[in-house]
Amino acid sequence: MRGQEAREQAGRKAAMATLAQSGGDELARLWNEAGLPLEAELLRGPETGLVTVRGRIGGGGAPFNVGEATVTRATVRLPSGQVGHSYALGRDRQKAKLAAIADALWQDPAHRDVVETRVIAPLRTVLAEAHEKRRAETAATKVDFFTMVRGED
Amino acid sequence: MYVAVKGGEAAIANAHRLLADRRRGDRTVPALRLDQVVEQLALGVDRVMSEGSLYDRELAALAIVQARGDMIEAIFLIRAYRTTLPRFGYTRPADTAAMLIERRVSATYKDLPGGQLLGPTFDYTHRLLDPELAAGGDVAEPMQRATEAEPMPRVSAILAREGLIEADGDMPGEHVPGDITREPLQFPMARDVRLQALSRGDEGFLLALGYSTQRGYARNHPFVGEVRVGEVELELDVPELPFAVPLGAIRVTECQMVNQFKGSAKAPPQFTRGYGLVFGQSERKAMAMALCDRALRASELGEDVVAAAQDEEFIISHSDNVQATGFVEHLKLPHYVDFQAELDLVRRMRAEHDARENHRTGDEKREAAE
Repeated sequence: MRGQEAREQAGRKAAMATLAQSGGDELARLWNEAGLPLEAELLRGPETGLVTVRGRIGGGGAPFNVGEATVTRATVRLPSGQVGHSYALGRDRQKAKLAAIADALWQDPAHRDVVETRVIAPLRTVLAEAHEKRRAETAATKVDFFTMVRGED
Repeated sequence: MYVAVKGGEAAIANAHRLLADRRRGDRTVPALRLDQVVEQLALGVDRVMSEGSLYDRELAALAIVQARGDMIEAIFLIRAYRTTLPRFGYTRPADTAAMLIERRVSATYKDLPGGQLLGPTFDYTHRLLDPELAAGGDVAEPMQRATEAEPMPRVSAILAREGLIEADGDMPGEHVPGDITREPLQFPMARDVRLQALSRGDEGFLLALGYSTQRGYARNHPFVGEVRVGEVELELDVPELPFAVPLGAIRVTECQMVNQFKGSAKAPPQFTRGYGLVFGQSERKAMAMALCDRALRASELGEDVVAAAQDEEFIISHSDNVQATGFVEHLKLPHYVDFQAELDLVRRMRAEHDARENHRTGDEKREAAE
């Protein structure tokens, strides 16, 4: 049971991570294509605020505050009762509301599959391709050292 | 005492209207869009985010346009804006070892794991103006190279294996990270608070101080152990969820400066370190921050404090360009009453001085005559 709960939480967190990183327009497009419901009661937000970003001294030492970042969040309740949350960097309120509905539907066993396959999976593909492209472009600038042979022998 | 004087309302309104006109400039030239600024003046946007201490590209772009490209004015606008927003909390510390790397170089190790990745850099360009950019031609797509993803440990982790370098900076067990946006500055500062102030500090000011250490004022023999630029993911603990909620990723620049240290009464000979971490791609700023961080650790490491770069109160009190510009620029606002009072005072002192002088020369004449 504990193992299943942990897996469920990991899956929900992974979906929230994908929603947070994705563009609001892309999310709205996939949402419409999947024909997913938009009805939800807003319990909080969408509202924009700040988080203070922390780093660590030397990279791995004690935490310190680097600066702030804008974050927009929303909390919704579906007609079926599920409550969903969203948090993401930036100020996209429409995306915050949709992502909160997505989180709420994800928790509903009847809807999880369609949210995963029609929304989260395509978003994840877009993000993975963008990451892979970025990595390949950076890799092309890797320095290959070679030794110059000097002298006669 | 302040005396209120009213006036200039129409002049101010018209001046701001004129400002809006001059900001827009020639109407036959297309107006700048914010996405153009975000995409094409990205490093300026990064500087405004770093010194404005607010990560939001579109807002920084708006500030730059509103400020007509005056970076310190843009930073001021961002600082003012952030005071209007509620605070949701402190993120978990970002893990720079897990960064999606866009650039990573080390000046100390040629063959470090993950390699030297030059990324989009001005280094090795010839600094010749490019007329093709003025003509606005097409730009080639970047090259790609397929590689296996490999870990890129921070260079400090590699050096640490030999035991010749100090550890990442730790604070005493119960230490809660200080926050200069919540508590007034107090000296001496803990290193974490100092780093927060340096990260939002003025790039030019920190650059000059870092440069001064290289020229011999508090020389500390720096090497760039590593500079890395890329995206780090952020997570926030919130009461409504049983796990830290992912927020997405921000681009940061990290600099690990490694400094030779011959030892002191407090510490054995070893490599010591200075650390820089700033929003966006800003290597100059991250390096300057790391140089200043190391110099400001003089007392901690038992070094003599002999130069400006080691003077914590001097540096941290003057590194914030919003505070600095506020105090310098307020001088141009009306000081009519202040000045009137000073004028009266100087007139009176001059009259007394002249009276004394007349008296003295009168005495001298009398003496000469006698």
